[in-house]
Amino acid sequence: MAGHSDPAFDTLALHAGAAPDPATGARAVPIHLSTSFVFENSEHAASLFNMERAGHVYSRISNPTNAVLEERIAALEGGVGAIATASGQAALHLAIATLAGAGSHIVASSALYGGSHNLLHYTLARFGIATTFVTPRDLNAWKNAIRPDTKLLFGETLGNPGLDVLDIPQVSAIAHDAGVPLLVDSTFTTPWLMKPFDLGADLVYHSATKFLSGHGTIVGGLLVDAGAFDWSASARFPELTQPYSGFHGMVFAEESTTAPFLLRARREGLRDFGACMSPHTAWLILQGIETLPLRMERHVANTRKVVQFLAQHAMVRSVAYPELESHPDHALAKQLLPRGCGAVFSFDIKGSRAQGKAFIEALKIFSHLANVGDCRSLVIHPASTTHFRMDDAALASAGIGPGTIRLSIGLEDADDLIDDLGRALKAAQKAGP
Amino acid sequence: MNLELNGHGAYAYTGGKPFDPSLPGVTFVHGALHDHSVWILQSRHLAHHGRAVLALDLPAHGRSAGAPLGVEEAGRWVAAAVEASGLRGTALVGHSMGSLIALEAAARLGARASALVMVGCAYPMKVSPKLLELCQRDALAAIDLVNTLSNSTRAAKPSHPGPGFSIHGSNRALMRRTQRGYGAGNLFLADFSACDAYAGLEAAAARLACPVTLVLGALDQMTLPQAAAPIVAALKPRVVTLPAGHNLMAEAPDGVLDAIGQALGPQPAR
Repeated sequence: MAGHSDPAFDTLALHAGAAPDPATGARAVPIHLSTSFVFENSEHAASLFNMERAGHVYSRISNPTNAVLEERIAALEGGVGAIATASGQAALHLAIATLAGAGSHIVASSALYGGSHNLLHYTLARFGIATTFVTPRDLNAWKNAIRPDTKLLFGETLGNPGLDVLDIPQVSAIAHDAGVPLLVDSTFTTPWLMKPFDLGADLVYHSATKFLSGHGTIVGGLLVDAGAFDWSASARFPELTQPYSGFHGMVFAEESTTAPFLLRARREGLRDFGACMSPHTAWLILQGIETLPLRMERHVANTRKVVQFLAQHAMVRSVAYPELESHPDHALAKQLLPRGCGAVFSFDIKGSRAQGKAFIEALKIFSHLANVGDCRSLVIHPASTTHFRMDDAALASAGIGPGTIRLSIGLEDADDLIDDLGRALKAAQKAGP
Repeated sequence: MNLELNGHGAYAYTGGKPFDPSLPGVTFVHGALHDHSVWILQSRHLAHHGRAVLALDLPAHGRSAGAPLGVEEAGRWVAAAVEASGLRGTALVGHSMGSLIALEAAARLGARASALVMVGCAYPMKVSPKLLELCQRDALAAIDLVNTLSNSTRAAKPSHPGPGFSIHGSNRALMRRTQRGYGAGNLFLADFSACDAYAGLEAAAARLACPVTLVLGALDQMTLPQAAAPIVAALKPRVVTLPAGHNLMAEAPDGVLDAIGQALGPQPAR
């Protein structure tokens, strides 16, 4: 049956969801900066509002440029569809708010981005949604934490900042045995390094701010549904299996066999919470995705060289990168991440807090800021920035020490990056007692 | 709506409206490895415009129990579902394998069938022996192949069931789920074998009492437009050709709806 195969990843990254504009012939995706879209007549308007016809009404709900991005990430992940959101945090919130309400419970990895930890531990608790945090590689802890009111298991493909590799096949099996979906933050890996749906995850979200856009120019998020979870078979999700009075009594699981989650997320969460993406942002993310395979390959290649340099340096106590045999998830990484473990990792510098400060301030190519996944190389001290709200115990649980430094390796010449790090480590050494 | 047919539970989506059998009916029949949800836009629209809609899940598909049926048996089953629903009359709309089943049902219903719309249809609907062999060896690979052949583009707009959905990904997920949902055998093999084996066009045509509309995809690689010639000759249908592949309801949802609407005639008074 040769001759009939799906396009490969690199081709989908350029073409999925897009075709030359039928109105103008524009080859690149047009930016549809329009709030609203004209109805053909009153009947057409009513049909669009009642989901009898497909189309765009208002850009908070959908937009033609955003739709190309949504279809493209769905194609790259192997999902049934996606929703573009104002940020990665908005994508996480949309996923949770679609499934959970007051009295609901989430089981989450303890190795999370600080912002996600804040949302779960502090903010959602205020709205009656409780979270139990578990060590991601403790499979029994995942299983034992599930309760009758649990709506979601949640972790990061590579935990922040210690790069704990989430054992998605095992954790998703635990989730599915309990009738619960697994949501995965795939920001650090992107679909080029890992396709979580192929491993058993049900929902994926990205901070598209990072590698997907890739240039440090926008803030955006993407929520993708595999379409594989059987919401009707689980008694935990009346939001999807019972009539929803907020949309004409629609029973989402009857309307769509594979995508009731996305239907409700768009028809309720995006409509009511309103954390939508600007079409201009969507366009910039599309530009980034078009070169994602090339960039990720270079990101990983540069990272391997930098990791090798740091791992052998006298001023470095440890490097947390799963491709190193010293990493506790080395074997799992080889299994789940054969293309590489991304371009964000942390290492611990020897010496005092002052020496750590001297290191960061001596860097010239690396930018000291709160972001990752830029084409430029970045550095940050998590304990005093991204994770500063966590106490020492929580920091330790997340694998963060007071001397931990996180790097995001960019696309510069790797030798220049190594020179920059070498100079800064020398400066740190000189700043010591 | 849940029905009881032949001792098994049967499910029909009613378009998001309570089912009123006193209204003129429209009965939708899905194709191989599909279920009612492929008709979500068309069925929902008609249910909200004065029609009693039955978008069926065939036996062994979606929410309907029982074993998979051949085309003639499934036609009897659909006619029985119409009877059990209380509909006095109905139009029948089918896609691919479902279009052959709808033809058989319409022939059995006689004057109670007001119209027949066959979407993405060919006759005979022969299936490549290599595909049948592949589905026995690797059903997921066979699903991927059929999915690739079913979609003419990765960028059909405004997408289905709405913006932001991947038609390609949705169709694959639905076929995988439907295949997985039937635990007693290889549903892919059963469905495609049923298509391959059907030889009842001429006999059904002799009993058919309603006008026929044939909706074809100009870019269809599963049921090539020219492969509908025997249907045109036997049924003398109105032919509507849309710029879409085999997955017509998703790639050209409004075109399919408009073709169905023309076949049904004026909207009933509400």
